[in-house]
Amino acid sequence: MPNLVEIRDLQVKATTDAGNIIPIIKGVSFDIAPGEIVALIGESGSGKTTIALTLMGHTRSGCEISGGSVSLAGRDVVQMTARQRQAMRGTEVAYVPQSAAAAFNPALRLIDQVIEVARIHRTMPMPQARAKAVELFRALALPDPENIGQRYPHQVSGGQLQRLSAAMALIGDPKLVIFDEPTTALDVTTQIEVLRAFKSVMKAGGMAGVYVSHDLAVVAQIADRIVVLKGGVVQEIGPTEAILHRPAHPYTRELLSAFEPVAYARAAQPEAAARVPILEVANVIAGYGPLGPDRMPHKLVLKDVSCRLAKGSNLGVIGESGSGKSTLARAIAGLLPPASGKVLLNGELLEPAAAARSKEDLRRLQIVFQLADTALNPARPIGDILGRPLTFYHGLKGAAKQDRITQLLDMVRLPKAIAHRLPGELSGGQKQRVNLARALAANPEVILCDEITSALDTVVAAAVIELLKELQRELDLSYVFISHDLSTVQAICDEVMVMNGGETVETLRADSLPHGARHPYSQLLFASVPQLDTGWLDGVPLRVAKSA
Amino acid sequence: MAVSFPTPRRLGYHISWTGILAATIVLFWAVIAIIGPWLMPHPPGDIIDFEYFGPMTGELWFGSDYLGRDMFSRILMGARYTVGISLAAVVLACASGVVLGMTAAVTGGWFDTILSRVLDALNSIPSKLFGLVMVAAVGSSIPVLIAVLAVIYLPGAYRFARSLAVNINTMDFVTVARARGERTPYLILKEILPNMTGPVLADVGLRFVFIVLLLSGLSFLGLGVQPPNADWGSLVRENIGGLPFAAPAVTIPSLAIASLTISVNLLIDNLPVKIRDRSE
Repeated sequence: MPNLVEIRDLQVKATTDAGNIIPIIKGVSFDIAPGEIVALIGESGSGKTTIALTLMGHTRSGCEISGGSVSLAGRDVVQMTARQRQAMRGTEVAYVPQSAAAAFNPALRLIDQVIEVARIHRTMPMPQARAKAVELFRALALPDPENIGQRYPHQVSGGQLQRLSAAMALIGDPKLVIFDEPTTALDVTTQIEVLRAFKSVMKAGGMAGVYVSHDLAVVAQIADRIVVLKGGVVQEIGPTEAILHRPAHPYTRELLSAFEPVAYARAAQPEAAARVPILEVANVIAGYGPLGPDRMPHKLVLKDVSCRLAKGSNLGVIGESGSGKSTLARAIAGLLPPASGKVLLNGELLEPAAAARSKEDLRRLQIVFQLADTALNPARPIGDILGRPLTFYHGLKGAAKQDRITQLLDMVRLPKAIAHRLPGELSGGQKQRVNLARALAANPEVILCDEITSALDTVVAAAVIELLKELQRELDLSYVFISHDLSTVQAICDEVMVMNGGETVETLRADSLPHGARHPYSQLLFASVPQLDTGWLDGVPLRVAKSA
Repeated sequence: MAVSFPTPRRLGYHISWTGILAATIVLFWAVIAIIGPWLMPHPPGDIIDFEYFGPMTGELWFGSDYLGRDMFSRILMGARYTVGISLAAVVLACASGVVLGMTAAVTGGWFDTILSRVLDALNSIPSKLFGLVMVAAVGSSIPVLIAVLAVIYLPGAYRFARSLAVNINTMDFVTVARARGERTPYLILKEILPNMTGPVLADVGLRFVFIVLLLSGLSFLGLGVQPPNADWGSLVRENIGGLPFAAPAVTIPSLAIASLTISVNLLIDNLPVKIRDRSE
C-alpha cells in the first residue's frame, strides 16, 4: 500500500532581522501509512510543530520551506499554489491546535464554527453538516450532543472545547489530522477523556494522524510509531513499543529517564514535628471580588485551608486547575490578602497584605512564578533584574552588587555573560533559572514555587528540580512546591497536600505515593497520570458520571 | 586603509530607507528652527517687493506674500514657532499624560476613578472650540498657546498610557516587584515604562502631528502666533488670497506643514530596531 505522506529531506529556514538565515529543519524524512498515527516528539525548539505545519504547506511567518518535498496522497504540497493548498486544507488535512480556547471565535455558536469547513468547501448541504457534527459530538463523548453546538465557547469546559476543535477538524473527512499538543493545557483527569475520545474516533474513521507532543506517556497511548526529534534532526524512528522499551539512541534514553519519577531520597530526616514550623497557614479563607455583607469575598477560592512546613523540608501542593493551589501561594505571599485566617512565618504572625509587611518579612518569604516569560521584565537586562533585590533588601551597590550577581548566576549554573542579555534572548530553562536566582538574591528562608517546572521540557524540568535540591542543601531553604504534576512533586517533596475545590483533600507523606492515597479524589487524580505503557489508557477504568 | 564609519548597522541597529528619509527631513526642520534667523536674507517684517504674491525669482526664492514681504525669510522664521510650540506642547501633554496614566493604572481605586472622569470630561469638549475660547479669554501669547495645546491633548495621552499600563500591570513581573515590596514610583518607572516606550513614542508622533495641525488651525483663525510674527499656519491664512493664482506664498507653507507632519509619522513608524540575534 502506498504511503499517505512521504516527507523527503525536508528543510525549513528562518530569516532573522539582521538578515541571517537559520536552518530550523535540517533534512527530515519519514512516511505515514494510511490510518497510521505517527507521533513527533522532542523538546521545545526541536522543530516538531514546524514539521507538522509543513504537512499543510504552511510555515510560520519569517520561515520558508527551502528544500525537500512533502507529498500528501501523491501530491507535493511544497509545489502547490496558494489556491490548491486552500482547497486541500480542511478536506484532506486538518489541524487541531494546542489551545482550543484561542482557536474558537468567542462571538459565534460552536456548531457554526464546527461546520465552517463544510460551508467553505461546499462539501455538503448545511443540514447534513449539522447532522454529521452531532454524530461527531456523540463519537467524541461530548455531553448532550444534540444541543451542545448551540452554546458559545465560554459555556463549555476546556476539555470539551478541545474535543469540539477535533470535531471541527474531522467534519471535512480529512485523510490526515494534525494534533498539535492538544492535551498539554488540560488537567490529567480531563486529558484521559480527551485522549480516549481522540483514539476511538481516529480508529473508527481509519484516519491517519500526526500527534505532536513533548509528553512520551501521552504519545505512548495513541501513536503507532514515534519520531524523536532534536534540533531539527530526526534522532530515532520506530514503533511505539520499541522506542519505549528498546530505545537505540542516547537522546531517546535521556528523554525516557527524565520521565521516570525519582523518589526523593533525603540524607537525614529533620526532626520536624518538635520545633516551630517555619511556615504555618491556619484556617485561611480567601477569594476574589467585592466583600459581601458577611465580610467574605464574592467568589471564595480558598475555603479554610491549613498547612505547615517544617524548616528544611518541602511541602508539595497538588491539584487540578481551579483547585485553589496558586491562590494559596498568593495568599501566603500577601498578594491576595486572606479574608480570614493566619499566616505565620517562624511563629510570627504576618500581616495579611504584602504592602503592610516589613521589608524583612518580605525578604524571608519569596515567590517564584510559573511562567518565566512573564515573570521577568522583558525590557530589562538580567543583571538589572537580579541586581534590584540586592539593592532593595541588602543595599548592595557597585562592585559588591556585580560580584553577588555573578555568584547568583553561578549558583543557578548560568554563565556570567548572561547578565547583559534581555530575557527574550534566553531559553525557557535559562529564564526559569534566572527567575529562581532572583528569589535567591533576597537570601530567603522559604520559597513558594508556583508550577515552576510546568512550562519546561521534561529534561530541563528534571535539571531544575535537581538544582532546587542542591540549593536546599547549600542554603538551608524550605520550599512550598505547587504543581499539577505528581512526578515532579514526588521528586522533591516530603509531604504532599492534595487540594480540590479550595479545600484540602488530604495530606500524605511523599514516600507513600501514589498508592497510599485514601481519599477517592486523590486516588482518581493519581490514577489519571499517564504511564509509559501503551496499554495504560485502555486499562484505566471509565470514570462514571463525570460532568466536566 | 578602510575607515569604518559608525553606520546604524555597525552600531547594531537596523533602519529602513523610509526611516532615514523621514529622519533627514525632521532633522532638517529642527536645524532650521534653531539656525533659521541667521539664514534669513531679509528681516521677515520688511516689505521689500512692490508686487504682492510675487513669483519665485533668483532674488526672492519663495516669492513674496500679500504685502510683498520675503516668503523665504518668513518660512524660516515660521519653522521656529511651528516646531518649537508644537514640540513643547507635545512633550508637556505626553509626559504628564503618561505619568498620570501609569500612576492611575498602578494605584487604581479612587485616584484612578476621579482622574479618569475628570479627564474624560475635559476630553468631551471639542478641541478647536476649547482652544478658541481659552485663547480668546486669556489672550494669545506663546506660553498660553503651549499650555492650551498641552491641556487639549493630555486626556488622549492619559487614556492611551493608562490602557497600556493596565495590561502590563497584570504581568507577573509587576506582581513579583509588588511582592518584593516596591513602591509606586519604582513600579511605574522601572517595571512598566520600559515596556511601553514603543507605543508611547508612536503616540507622541501622532499627537505632535495633531498639535501642528491644531496650531496651524488656530493661527489660520487668527488666534495663534500674532503678527508680524507668524507660524506656518498663519502664513497660509495671510496668503489665502493668493490661492487662485497658485502663489508660492500659500503653497510653500502648506508643503512645509505637510512635509513635517508626514515625516514625523513615518519616522515614528520606522524607528531604528536593535538587532539582537541569538545565533551570533
